[in-house]
Amino acid sequence: MSGNRKNHRANQSRTIKVDYLARVEGEGALYVRVRNGQLQDVKLKIFEPPRFFEALLRGRRFTEAPDITARICGICPIAYLNCSIHAMEDACGVKINGPIRELRRLIYCGEWIESHVLHVAMLHAPDFLGYDDAIRMAKDHTEIVQAALRLKKVGNEIVRVVGGREIHPVNMRVGGFYRAPRKFELTALAEDLKWARDTAIELIRWTAGLSFPDLERDYEFVTLRHAEEYPLNEGRLVSNKGLDIPVSDFYSTFVEEQVQHSHALHSTVRNRGTYLVGPLARYSLNFDHLTPLAQETALSVGLDKVCRNPFQSIIVRSVETLYACEEALRIIEAYEEPDRPYVEIAPQAGRGYGCTEAPRGTLFHTYRIDEQGIILDARIVPPTAQNQKTIEADLREFVPKHLDLSTDELTWKCEQAVRNYDPCISCATHFLKLELDRE
Amino acid sequence: MRDKSKPKLAVWKFSSCDGCQLSLLDCEDELLDLASKIEIANFPEASRAVVKGPYELSLVEGSISTPHDAQRIQEVRRQSKFLVTIGACATAGGIQALRNFADVAEFARYVYAAPQYIETLSNSTPIAYHVFVDFELRGCPINKAQLVEVIGAFLNNRRPNVPHYSVCMECKRRGTICVMVAQGIPCLGPVTHAGCGALCPAYRRGCYGCFGPMETPNTVALSSRWKELGAANADLVRAYRTFNAFSEVFRKESVAHER
Repeated sequence: MSGNRKNHRANQSRTIKVDYLARVEGEGALYVRVRNGQLQDVKLKIFEPPRFFEALLRGRRFTEAPDITARICGICPIAYLNCSIHAMEDACGVKINGPIRELRRLIYCGEWIESHVLHVAMLHAPDFLGYDDAIRMAKDHTEIVQAALRLKKVGNEIVRVVGGREIHPVNMRVGGFYRAPRKFELTALAEDLKWARDTAIELIRWTAGLSFPDLERDYEFVTLRHAEEYPLNEGRLVSNKGLDIPVSDFYSTFVEEQVQHSHALHSTVRNRGTYLVGPLARYSLNFDHLTPLAQETALSVGLDKVCRNPFQSIIVRSVETLYACEEALRIIEAYEEPDRPYVEIAPQAGRGYGCTEAPRGTLFHTYRIDEQGIILDARIVPPTAQNQKTIEADLREFVPKHLDLSTDELTWKCEQAVRNYDPCISCATHFLKLELDRE
Repeated sequence: MRDKSKPKLAVWKFSSCDGCQLSLLDCEDELLDLASKIEIANFPEASRAVVKGPYELSLVEGSISTPHDAQRIQEVRRQSKFLVTIGACATAGGIQALRNFADVAEFARYVYAAPQYIETLSNSTPIAYHVFVDFELRGCPINKAQLVEVIGAFLNNRRPNVPHYSVCMECKRRGTICVMVAQGIPCLGPVTHAGCGALCPAYRRGCYGCFGPMETPNTVALSSRWKELGAANADLVRAYRTFNAFSEVFRKESVAHER
């Protein structure tokens, strides 16, 4: 292409519209307006129909919240099950340790593997290699797609064995599990998990070999952080800009606002601005809690201990997949069947908070229940809603640098930049709260 | 580039959690095989490529809950030779149909600071309320083996082999001891459509009805048994009003216990 044409493109007026974003969960659109070579507007539009979960939860029993909120997202139901369960146990003043706590981590590892590998290989990698989808990609990259499908299946197997089925598992409840898995059921997973661990290393190397657009941003990373472990279900909310709060302070720190172009609320850190939740934040602020093998492999492929390039999230997801395989193996080896699969929990009037790390980022729930255990008030903040403004900010920085691309190429790059966040729009839509406190 | 001998498949999403269409991507062992026999022509969750209709088979996930979607489903029907609905949202309105028993404007005010931006219908309804549906596959979520069976059946011009009996049949076949008879755990299995493989009783909990009503359910008898086991009217209302709340049988039975 001649320099003149490139120059001409860079200075022209264009509108980039993606009416229906593909390879994301849910219904979203992208709108980018360029006038005379100047970026004027970026909007990530979420038009997924609202389902009013927070409203319909009122009047249900506290024990029903897990199965109901799981239906917010078919891709990450474990995140919703774990988060609502922890919030309800918090409301009732119960903290659960021992094998039940470990089983909750185990099933979450299964979801991380399944969801991360789906995104890395099936939804995101085709962008880097110029394919419309993984099935077309599989014609030329058969081995990696087949390996990824099998790896994803190993994650799904963990969810199935512990939870009963892959999507909307039936075995999790407030207090524990309906039935604790037998030791032999879990050890049967170990062989496949060892294969999965080795394959995850391959996946890290393979993703690190992709080529990455040059974009590094000074994000405020927000993640759970736990004293001893890579965060899944527990910890304090921390950031690289000085945040360090208990989960119950969520609403005194984060502000949500409704904008006309989205059915999902936009979140910011009070008096500071946008922030990022998800793999980049978790990895960059919890590198020290990864397993030695995950640390070594990440460093060996050239990843730093902090990753600020959103396109490299595909490598970080692969590193987290390796971590999840190793953590699952550790739990399975150490597992001892609990005497009782669950703790009987009597409701008490009060408010509870839950915060967990869904594959795509921090998920927050809070509920107020009465002494009968009836839900009076529910609020849920999903990861993609929190990342919306950051996605738009990425594009504001990215687009002006690439105005020399044709509209088709630039459109595809913008889609890829949105997919960096593995957005789950089905989740994001449903939780929009209106004021800070209604009590 | 296109192989014109392959029938075209489209997957459409309405109001839903995406879990049922994910079941297709969860067919890890069958996916690449399937893609060699059919052309995945329109499946936005998996591909940015869109091949124009008409389509031999459309899988429709989700319920109709906005004015825009009520129009869009008509267009989907026009482009589809066979239209199969998948999951509780598409076949019964889904969990979001709980608004049908409440005031949707109040729901919108509760959730949104500026409810005037929100376009929504007062009811969330199944696809079959709007267009002719060739086959309904139940479940929240659907069973992926049944999904593969349905796709295979339509590609071979036969009816899908999907039984309409109750979860009880699956429990017996699986050798699970009845949780209601032996342990007194309230269970919706006797009135619930089979398909999950009787999962919940195998995990020592009562069925919670995520596949919706079976072909000829006797909900009246089941409700009286629940009451003998100590269930209050409010418990029965909640039990019938979950993921298939707006299916005719569960809806009527829940209303009957509302006073």
